[in-house]
Amino acid sequence: MTRTTSPTAGLPVSDADPFGHEVLEDPLPLHEQLREAGPVTWLSRYDVHALARYEEVHAALVDWQQFQSAAGVSLSNFRTEEPWRPPSLLLEADPPRHDAPRRVLTSVLGPRALRQLRERWAADAEELVDQVLAEGTEFDAVPALSQAFPLRVFPDAVGLGPDGRENLLPYGDHAFNAFGPSNDLVARGAPRVAELSGWVGEQCRRESLAEGGFGAAIWAAADRGDLTPQQAPLVVRSLLTAGVDTTVHGISAVLYAFATNPAQWARLRADPSLARVAFDEAIRWESPVQTFFRTTTTAVRIGDTVVPEGHKILMFLAAANRDPRRWTDPDAFDLGRDPSGHVGFGMGLHQCVGQHVARLEAESVLTALARRVARIELAGPTRRHHNNTLRAWDSLPMAVQLA
Amino acid sequence: MLGVQQRRAGRAGVDRAVVRVAEKTPVADGVVTLTLAAPDGGRLPDWTPGAHVDLTLDNGLTRQYSLCGDRWDARSYRVGVLLEPAGRGGSAYVHQQLEPGHVVGLGGPRNDFPLVPADSYLFVAGGIGITPVLPMVVQAELLRLDWRLLYGGRQRSSMAFLDELAAHGDRVQVRPQDEHGLLDLTGFLGEPRPGTRVYGCGPAPLLTALEGACAGWPPRTLHTERFVAAERGAPVRTTPFEVELHRSGRTVTVAPGTSVLDAIAGAGVEVLSSCRQGTCGTCETTVLAGQPDHRDALLDDEERAAADCMYPCVSRSCSDRLVLDL
Ligand code: HEM
Ligand code: FES
Repeated sequence: MTRTTSPTAGLPVSDADPFGHEVLEDPLPLHEQLREAGPVTWLSRYDVHALARYEEVHAALVDWQQFQSAAGVSLSNFRTEEPWRPPSLLLEADPPRHDAPRRVLTSVLGPRALRQLRERWAADAEELVDQVLAEGTEFDAVPALSQAFPLRVFPDAVGLGPDGRENLLPYGDHAFNAFGPSNDLVARGAPRVAELSGWVGEQCRRESLAEGGFGAAIWAAADRGDLTPQQAPLVVRSLLTAGVDTTVHGISAVLYAFATNPAQWARLRADPSLARVAFDEAIRWESPVQTFFRTTTTAVRIGDTVVPEGHKILMFLAAANRDPRRWTDPDAFDLGRDPSGHVGFGMGLHQCVGQHVARLEAESVLTALARRVARIELAGPTRRHHNNTLRAWDSLPMAVQLA
Repeated sequence: MLGVQQRRAGRAGVDRAVVRVAEKTPVADGVVTLTLAAPDGGRLPDWTPGAHVDLTLDNGLTRQYSLCGDRWDARSYRVGVLLEPAGRGGSAYVHQQLEPGHVVGLGGPRNDFPLVPADSYLFVAGGIGITPVLPMVVQAELLRLDWRLLYGGRQRSSMAFLDELAAHGDRVQVRPQDEHGLLDLTGFLGEPRPGTRVYGCGPAPLLTALEGACAGWPPRTLHTERFVAAERGAPVRTTPFEVELHRSGRTVTVAPGTSVLDAIAGAGVEVLSSCRQGTCGTCETTVLAGQPDHRDALLDDEERAAADCMYPCVSRSCSDRLVLDL
């Protein structure tokens, strides 16, 4: 039975469906409504407490002691429900189990480890941009750049073989849908789950991973005893789940931001070293990962409300990233702003361990594009891609003017 | 609980590189524990068992201490400090001068002695070497793994935390030297078996003996931390220093209590940051010249010695001048 009245007197209630198509098409009105309703709102449809202000979202993200991840960062509560796949050793784990996998990935994906990829990725980006522009100055940026670049560099960096890479995006898309309720989006992915999971599982084996890649580095950590041989494949899996769709939608976000803010593109062209700031500003502005859940480990006071132990908390990262209490003119995409401190990559213990990979990919693409392209604009109707967790585009028709 | 005292990341002006001594408690002959808290009472950076912090004392010395508190309490750290009359003055300062209310510089936490996954653990601690082992024992309990601890010291009265360890019953063997003689390492370790990890911390002779006793065990069984009061190179400076921003041709002066990151931003040069705790790596900056005073949780000793990059959200300078590639 779903309740329709608030479990706590005075607690704001909303019957909105954050995972319904209307909201997924344009979540901004709901985000504003939840932010303004108070520090915490009860979502009657799912019986969860929602946080949408920067201060509360940030506080919940860093407070792993009171807001745990091991009961799932999804609507589904792993204390009472069977997860759709073995839980992630990172995303869906608490200390102490989280420690060893996190330590290994922090070093495998750290800025120092990525130095050797910088030049190669810059060259790859130039090559891709040249190819795209050789075919014409109008293209759909989603397949041509946002998907093409990560799919070109990331599977190689992990050390995947050539076959089956087309499975990565649908697998990730389903995994991110599965953090939400089992709605039509989850049902649509369900028929391929077994096949895709089987393929992903195969790729995580030591034998499938080429020398020199992130995957081999994870297995080397197992050989050193920093992980167990049972943990290694699941740590590789976390890269394949979290590392592809996210960057695709991140690159789409920054390209869309520039196409709709020509003055900012001019700014980037004048000072290409702004590429890093530009990407993080786009992550703040668009929040490719919109939401994650936590579960309370104790009764927690938020504002005037005490949320009992064992309850699901829905954190709206996207709403926090546009909270006017934290950001001046939050709806503006502005390279003059310091986006530092946004929660688009999370914050605290679980903060995105792949953020340096994502930044390096985006920086490579933006730098290559800024060198060749004087103006970018939209050249037709855009189409959103709906996902329970991700804010994404299916199609971004663009026209560019060469420099 | 969430509340007004919650600190915000990304806020300029909060000095994250200091902690306040909240309590100082004698716990054994020659051993005190310090409870440390953030000056504003907020969360301290997260840590894992085996981690240490660098404390910069008022007398200019920097000392490393293992964290031996409870990481489920995000607002305090605990360290144990042995008075070492032959040392260079760090422990004497802590024992004789440092009082609740004093503020000390903080670096880290960093972990060079992490607990790797295992089926079971054997812990060996000598004297104050017990400190990193305390949270490891808690961890092994949480994971419901088989573990035992052999704890040696000169005499019972000099051995800290016996009360806390008593709760674990037979798993802990307390062996003061004046009652039992030298530790029987081989007897304690027993037959070599795969899946077990041995963690040792204490004086050098004990660790050397432990290495010998583990010779017949599978490779990578033994993990040790040399518990010498690690003397760091240059004393940490308490005076301002200059940071030259090479590409933008600007120079800024960084005063004590201001982060390099904020000082750079003040000069109009934006460096992307995120955690502002030296844990995420976002603000990594190339160092062209000068000696950084590393306070982050990311670089190991070798990388620190290379002095080619730093995390300006927390790290500072040992030299009068740092030149950054900005
Ligand atoms: C723009 C791109 C990306 C965005 C917006 C993003 C976002 C996030 C967020 C918000 C979290 C925190 C989850 C939580 O707190 O529960 C996270 C965690 C994580 N991300 Fe990313 N991510 C991106 C790219 C990547 C890439 C490229 C990789 C892999 C190479 C990756 C791997 C991970 C992993 C393994 C975690 C779990 C970390 C942990 O729980 O300790 N991500 N990401
Ligand atoms: S901002 Fe995270 S390391 Fe400096």
